[in-house]
Amino acid sequence: MAKRIEASNVSSYYGSFKAIDSVSMTVEPKTITALIGPSGCGKSTFLRSVNRMHEVLPGARIEGSLTIDDQNIYDPDVDVTAVRRMIGMVFQRPNPFPTMSIYENVVAGLKLNGVKKKSVLDDAAEQSLKSANLWNEVKDRLNRPGAGLSGGQQQRLCIARTIAVEPQVVLMDEPCSALDPISTLAIEDLMFKLKDRFTIIIVTHNMQQAARVSDKTGFFSIDKTGDPGRLIEYDDTQKIFSNPTEKKTEDYITGRFG
Amino acid sequence: MSLLDREASGVVMTPDNIRTKRLPVAVNLGVAVAGLAIAAAIVYGFGIGNYVLVAVLGVIFYLIGLQIVAGRIEGPRTALDRMWKTLIYAACLLAILPLASVVWTLVSKGVERLDGNFFSTSMNNIGARDPEGGAYHAIIGTLEQVGIATLIAVPLGVLGAIYLVEYGRGRFANTVRFFVDVMTGIPSIVAGLFILSFWVLIVSPWFNNGTPRFSGFAASLALTVLMLPTIVRSTEEMLRLVPGPLREGAYALGVPKWKTILQVVLPTALPGIVTGVMLAVARAAGETAPVLLVAGGAASINFNPFEGGQQSLALFVYQQAGDASRYAPARAWTAALTLVAIVLILTIAAKLLARRNSLSK
Repeated sequence: MAKRIEASNVSSYYGSFKAIDSVSMTVEPKTITALIGPSGCGKSTFLRSVNRMHEVLPGARIEGSLTIDDQNIYDPDVDVTAVRRMIGMVFQRPNPFPTMSIYENVVAGLKLNGVKKKSVLDDAAEQSLKSANLWNEVKDRLNRPGAGLSGGQQQRLCIARTIAVEPQVVLMDEPCSALDPISTLAIEDLMFKLKDRFTIIIVTHNMQQAARVSDKTGFFSIDKTGDPGRLIEYDDTQKIFSNPTEKKTEDYITGRFG
Repeated sequence: MSLLDREASGVVMTPDNIRTKRLPVAVNLGVAVAGLAIAAAIVYGFGIGNYVLVAVLGVIFYLIGLQIVAGRIEGPRTALDRMWKTLIYAACLLAILPLASVVWTLVSKGVERLDGNFFSTSMNNIGARDPEGGAYHAIIGTLEQVGIATLIAVPLGVLGAIYLVEYGRGRFANTVRFFVDVMTGIPSIVAGLFILSFWVLIVSPWFNNGTPRFSGFAASLALTVLMLPTIVRSTEEMLRLVPGPLREGAYALGVPKWKTILQVVLPTALPGIVTGVMLAVARAAGETAPVLLVAGGAASINFNPFEGGQQSLALFVYQQAGDASRYAPARAWTAALTLVAIVLILTIAAKLLARRNSLSK
């Protein structure tokens, strides 16, 4: 199920502005990869390039190739919606659909893609909410609006929504930055659980989080504002946090950046 | 001198003292009564007006008095705050006043002919000496004309707004937006003239053996022209308020763009869109000139909007108000009341529908 992602020389642009410069990395299936680095260094842009969310913004484009199990997702005959169904995404701020109930939020992906059978939807809702560690908290109020949950619950709802469509890769763009430590812990636990089934890439500003959850870590950086972001170092998390090869990585991790 | 010192100079409050004197309610009321009394004395003393002027002057004197008294007791900053607050409440009351007055006038004058006969008969064969006669034909006309106009304008307007927000980029979209803005200000008589010269005189003869003809449908078209820009602009604003992350959330689930718009963006913006549509409907229902120009009005009942002249409530009000018969003004008032009631009922119904579709907290 989980798939290998291979990026080679990926450069992303916003109009004429180059946001990241030839990033190459391989992400193995069923692993968690953390992307760290200062603000504006292109981690999120890279993440959004992986499920073609980057191109939603007007004028955004990409060079290089990104393959998922040897299929280039940027080939001209690729269906964007199919790519996004295969590669789910959780955003920085929880974004449950405000007009939908908790139940409808979870099955939104299935329902909007044409699944109508009630039993299938019910099953998917229960399984996804259980996987997202949210079932016990919401099982009695599935018909209540999703926006009425707490921030942490909303984020887990969004994760449930994402895994309900059975993607092969889950991208997380700073999923815990708007959450308190307890909700953060809940989501980190969840990531460990999901690792058995999905390939996960997570962007985070929290280095302890990167060290705790990830198998591999990529460090992005920029030389100065206006320059494109680069992947400085990409290695096992253990190595990055104990004995990085690059001086820049070491400076950033020890807090001596800039 | 620090900021705090500067603010505190001349004020009872000092940096060490966080308590301050408050204006007693009795004093406040006393100032109000005094203000009104002075105003009344001036107005009636000089004989220069009636209670309206007393109220207006009273409020002004009250504000001035409050400023002086509160300034003495509470200090200038608090007094200023008090004055603005009072001013805002006064403005709010002033805004409600005309509305209340309109409703009161309509109800009190319209109740005279508010009978079964008014709602079940037309003006067919009603002479100047007949006290009967009703607006049944006009109600039918208004409902049909506005209904058809809404059926045409809402899909076109909402789709146009979706184009402008979700798809439109560059010059063409900007041009469309500009012309929609210009159309918002189009006088209704111009819309009527446009439909008269285009539909009634050029197109309608094709369907009628070469003779131009008035119809309720032509009025609908004119009303569509008037409703369209309002619907496009208000829907556009509402769609823009839908947060981008919501769309991205749907895209990330592999939902195609058109389905995202239909199932996520539109429902989220629905209450606002409904409000915009109802504003447009209310405006269209109250239009007289285009109906007069292209539907011609009629004294008898005509259910068919595609053939022959048709009446509308607004036009009925206009005609009855100008009629020489002594029974006509009462009919005009009741018709006006009916028109307002119809718009009110439609608005409430639409809001309830929109609320039922979106989840309540």
